[in-house]
Amino acid sequence: MPFINYASREITCKLVYYGPGLCGKTTNLQWIYAQSSPEAKGKLVSLATEAERTLFFDLLPLNLGQIRGFNIRFQLYTVPGQIFYDASRKLIVKGADGVAFVADSQSARYDANIESLRNLQEHLKENGIDFWTTPYVLQLNKRDLPTAMPREDLEAVLRVRNEPVFEAIATTGVGVFDTLKALVKQSLARLRAGAGAGAAV
Amino acid sequence: MDDGGRRDIHSVPVLRVPDPNVADHDERRRMARATGHEDDGMQGTDLILREEEHRKISRLADRLLREANAEFVALIDRNGQPISWSGGKEGLDKTALASLAAGNVAATEGLARMIGEQRFLSMYHEGDRDHVYMSAVGEIGILVVAFNERSSLGLVRLRVRQVTPDMEDVIQEVIEKSKRGIDAGDAFAPLGEITDDDIDNLFKDGF
Repeated sequence: MPFINYASREITCKLVYYGPGLCGKTTNLQWIYAQSSPEAKGKLVSLATEAERTLFFDLLPLNLGQIRGFNIRFQLYTVPGQIFYDASRKLIVKGADGVAFVADSQSARYDANIESLRNLQEHLKENGIDFWTTPYVLQLNKRDLPTAMPREDLEAVLRVRNEPVFEAIATTGVGVFDTLKALVKQSLARLRAGAGAGAAV
Repeated sequence: MDDGGRRDIHSVPVLRVPDPNVADHDERRRMARATGHEDDGMQGTDLILREEEHRKISRLADRLLREANAEFVALIDRNGQPISWSGGKEGLDKTALASLAAGNVAATEGLARMIGEQRFLSMYHEGDRDHVYMSAVGEIGILVVAFNERSSLGLVRLRVRQVTPDMEDVIQEVIEKSKRGIDAGDAFAPLGEITDDDIDNLFKDGF
């Protein structure tokens, strides 16, 4: 649900990084935060436990600049990946304008990826968001690990709607911005399509 | 987006025995229901705040700020977007504050449902010097009022209660107009004019 504020001339969209525990969602945000110019980024808010596991969510506001005099802002959220924070995940998915699913490429996390993707689809549905049409990208993270499964094998299971797929090593930034850009582009394209439809009514 | 290749992830077999810490499907659903929200009527709808409604909200928030002797008054939506802001120190991170406040309210609603309440209408956080009072306003709004020793919880609660009906009326206007989308009545419809070049250009300078 984008927020279009004519008074402050801002358009704000919410993007959610979803995936199983320890797949690298927070690492994605940390890399984006570290590499973005100071004008483009807000504070990175992390609600984490002492063991640096995400407790509730991480939030990184990004200001991408202007289009036609409107500031284009994105709020990047991560969900807590651990199974027992299911209620938190549902709250954070509410109102999402796009989702990046961060999969852990390691074979030991095969089931966790599937469980998490199922979980995402359920939460989107419960929040009235259509998984099949919402802006969506798949990131295969941890490609550098020796235990990583072949890309084709992961895609065969996790790529469920011909979405863009990016191989990533979030700790070194590989694939991180590609993932973000693809999601931002889809989100803005969808906004444009929606505005066109609304104007025609 | 290409929707031609849809596949059902639910049909993919999970190879290992599920983790015993994992709540089963029915349990997760029960939890989701227990902690979920009612449909606020805005699902799938853009929230569009026009200048007329923004002026009305700002006037009400300014009045509340003054009459409650508050430090700042923020109206945020339940997804954590700041809608209007009155008062507050320079450098206050409004985005983070709005997001945290909305998360706080959402989590507390989950708690309310577990004890049989639909939601808590208000919540209060007491600090050593500074305090925050939050109150649900209409279907999508949350009023966040920060105050210190210049005011009191009783005064803040009273003033919030007094301003709430008018605030709810304006929020309802925002919702109704948002459902109509961007139309010819808008002085400027920015989204429909976005080009592919515009989108590409965001990435040339933005990062």
